[in-house]
Amino acid sequence: MSGRALEGQTAIVTGASRGIGRCVAIRLAEAGACVVAVARSEDCLQNLESEIRASGGCAEVRTLDVRDTDAFAELAKDVFEKRGRLDILVNNAGIARDGLLARMSEESWDAVIETNLKGCFNGCRAAARWMIRQRSGSIVNISSVAGVAGNAGQANYCASKAGVIGLTKSLARELGGRNIRVNAVAPGFIRTDMTRGVTEEFEKEFCGRIALGRFGEVDDAANVVVFLAGPNAGYITGQVVCVDGGLVI
Amino acid sequence: MSSVAEIVIEVIAEKMGVPKEDVKPEAHLVNDLNVDSLDQADIVMELEEKFDMSVSEEEAAKIRTVGDIIKYIEQHKS
Repeated sequence: MSGRALEGQTAIVTGASRGIGRCVAIRLAEAGACVVAVARSEDCLQNLESEIRASGGCAEVRTLDVRDTDAFAELAKDVFEKRGRLDILVNNAGIARDGLLARMSEESWDAVIETNLKGCFNGCRAAARWMIRQRSGSIVNISSVAGVAGNAGQANYCASKAGVIGLTKSLARELGGRNIRVNAVAPGFIRTDMTRGVTEEFEKEFCGRIALGRFGEVDDAANVVVFLAGPNAGYITGQVVCVDGGLVI
Repeated sequence: MSSVAEIVIEVIAEKMGVPKEDVKPEAHLVNDLNVDSLDQADIVMELEEKFDMSVSEEEAAKIRTVGDIIKYIEQHKS
């Protein structure tokens, strides 16, 4: 990607305090975008803001629970009114509450669907309003290969991430006529806090199923998100890009 | 002309890039002004904001002409 492909653009990234979201926020800022980094608590966000600003980037941090439809709408409105644009939305916030379906509590099911799927809907709806008005925009939703292939012990997570894919494809069709692209990235096993704590034995066994034979790093996923968000992906919409080292082929 | 009508006509003319004279109350949104479903959503959202009101999708679907919008807002605005 050419140095500052996103100069002058405004981006919102949810789940920006850690993992893939944090890396996406940094990379978008490096590409020239002004990044509104969003997370539930400000704890890790301040670090991120100073890190981006220290390297000459533009960042603003905001706390938001993505499950809150009205709050997300307010945030998008505020960003648009303040910056005069809303070019990029990365719906990255997500949680996992793993367990076998037969023993899964209703609370675990609801919590994962509410954050991962409804949170994504809330973001898309909030941003679409301004992007339609602007007649341009790019939304990247973070799904998962687990949503593509399924995974035992993660029925709630997989259902939410498969839902994100359906949402992405439908919205791409709805908004294509307004020059708004909507894509999804489906990471495989990426080393983050969410995937921390696996045993060496599990890693060895699991890597045997990955064509490239290793777990991914946050940059592997973030680079694809930034590509899809930007103008170099100008003719790509409604797609799901798996970033999984060849776990699902 | 009431201010509601003026505002509605101004918003539609601006969104659709047509002169205000073409946005007559009897004009059909789809047939006369080429308004598609996304344009309509955009117009309704802007008017909701301007008049501080909420239009249900059910009600919005009944709108056919510029006059329908004006009438709806006049009847429902707070």
